[in-house]
Amino acid sequence: MPLSTPMLSETSVVLCLLCIFLVPFACAGVALINTGLGRSRSSAHAMMASLSVIAVAAIAYFVCGFSWQGFVGLPEHYFMVGGKTWSWISAEPLFLRGLEFNGSSASLVVLLQIVSVGLAALIPLGAGTDRWRLSASCASTALLAGWTYPLFAHWVWGGGWLAQLGVNYGLGHGFVDAGGSSTIQVVGGLTALSIAWILGPRRGKYSTNGMPAAIPGHNSVFVLFGCLLAWVGWLGLNSAGAILFAGADPGRVVLVGVNTTLAAVSAGLTAALVTRTRFGKPDASITANGWVGGLVASSAGCALLKPAAAVIVGIVAGALVTLAVERFEFDLKVDDPGGAISVHAVGGIWGVLALGLFAEFSGQAGQFLAQLIGIATLIGFVLPLTYGLNWLLNRFYPQRVALDGERQGMDLHELGADAYPESVTHTEEYTQR
Amino acid sequence: MKTTGFLLLLAGWGLVLSALVLLTSVPAETGFVLAGIAVEGLGLGLVARAHLVLPEDQG
Repeated sequence: MPLSTPMLSETSVVLCLLCIFLVPFACAGVALINTGLGRSRSSAHAMMASLSVIAVAAIAYFVCGFSWQGFVGLPEHYFMVGGKTWSWISAEPLFLRGLEFNGSSASLVVLLQIVSVGLAALIPLGAGTDRWRLSASCASTALLAGWTYPLFAHWVWGGGWLAQLGVNYGLGHGFVDAGGSSTIQVVGGLTALSIAWILGPRRGKYSTNGMPAAIPGHNSVFVLFGCLLAWVGWLGLNSAGAILFAGADPGRVVLVGVNTTLAAVSAGLTAALVTRTRFGKPDASITANGWVGGLVASSAGCALLKPAAAVIVGIVAGALVTLAVERFEFDLKVDDPGGAISVHAVGGIWGVLALGLFAEFSGQAGQFLAQLIGIATLIGFVLPLTYGLNWLLNRFYPQRVALDGERQGMDLHELGADAYPESVTHTEEYTQR
Repeated sequence: MKTTGFLLLLAGWGLVLSALVLLTSVPAETGFVLAGIAVEGLGLGLVARAHLVLPEDQG
C-alpha cells in the first residue's frame, strides 16, 4: 500500500526540488576542502574516497537508512514513559518499498537525505586525511549512513522523541533544526572525532616533546574554491530543509538565503581577522574553516533567525572554529588535517544553541532547554555510539593504512598512481631517515 | 580511563533524560540538564585524556 504523507503546494515542491539539486555542490565543496588541506601525495585518494563514501552512503541510506529515519506521520516504533509517547525509530520497509515518488513530503525527504547523508559521510574524511584506508572509510560510512545518521535524524526530523519535546513536555516547539546543524553536521563531526582518535595522528605530526609540526595543505586554491561551492550547496540545503522540516513557505526561503550568506561571510571575515591579528597575516585554511563553520552554524536556525542574529551566529562561529582548531591540535593532540571536528561538531553545536537563544519564536525558556537536551543527546549518546561502532570495526578491519602507505602516500599505495605525475612527490623528505 | 569516560558520557545523558521524565518545572529541569551536561563534560575530558598521544607513539 502506498504510504501517504502531506503534500506541499506545487510552488513549494518545485522550489524544494531545485534547492535539493544544489546540495551536491556542498559535497563537492567539502571534498575539495578536504583534498586541498591534505598532502599532494594523497590528493587523488582523497577525491576517490569522497566519491566512494558518497556512493556507499547513498546505497546504505536506500537499503535501510530511510527505514530507520522515516518521516512525520509514517509508522514508527515507540514506548510509553509516564503516559508520554517516545518514538525512537521508524518502522518503514527496507529498500524504500511502498513509497510513492509523487512530490509528497516523504519522497522529497528521501531525495534530500540520499544526498545529504553523503555530505555527513564526507566530514570524517577530513579528520582521517593521509592515513584512513579507502575500504575502511567505506565500511565506516556504511555504519554511519545505515544506522547512526538515520537514528538521530528520526529523533529530530522523523517525528521522534526530540521533535516531540514540545508536545510531550511543553518545551517550546521541541528540538528544532531546519537545515541539519545537528543531524548532518554534528553527527558527521563527532564521527570525525572518533575516527581521529581511533586512527591516531599522522607520523611525524607530534615531536617527542608533544609539539605539533605544521603539515600545510597542498592546495589553497582547492580549499578556497571549495568554500564557494559549499556556499551554493548550503543555500540549497538550508532552503530545502526549511521547507521540509520547518514548514517554511516559498517566500521565507528568501530569508533563508540571506541568513545563510550572512552567517558564512561573517564567520569567514571573523576567522580572517582573528588570524590576521594573531599571526600578522590572514590564514587561508583557517579562514576557509571559519567560512564553512558559519555555514554549518547557520543551518539550524536559517528560517527562524533575523538577519542581525545570523551575523552574530556567524561571528561567534568564526571565532569558535578558529580557537577550536588550535585547541584540538595543541592541547588535545587530535590530528585533524581538514578541521572537520572544529568546523562541523563545534560549529554545529553552536548553531543548535544559537537557535534557542535567538530564534524569533523563542519567547519560551523551554525552547532553549529543548536545544540543550538535543546537544546532550549528541554528546552523551551519539558520540559513544559512533565511537563504539568504529572501534569495533577497527578491531576486525584495521582502519589505518600500513606504515609503508603513509611513507609512500595514499595515492601510490592504495591507487597505484599519483594525482600529479608530472611532479616529483617522492623526494627524500618523504622517506624514512 | 577511556571506558570510564564513555560511561560518564552515557550517565550524563541518563541524567538529562531522567530530569525530563521526573521533573515538571522548567527551572528544575534546566538545572538537572545542565548537571547532566557537566557530567558529560567530565566524561569527554576523560576520553580525550585517554587519547592523548604519548611521544613514544610517534615515529
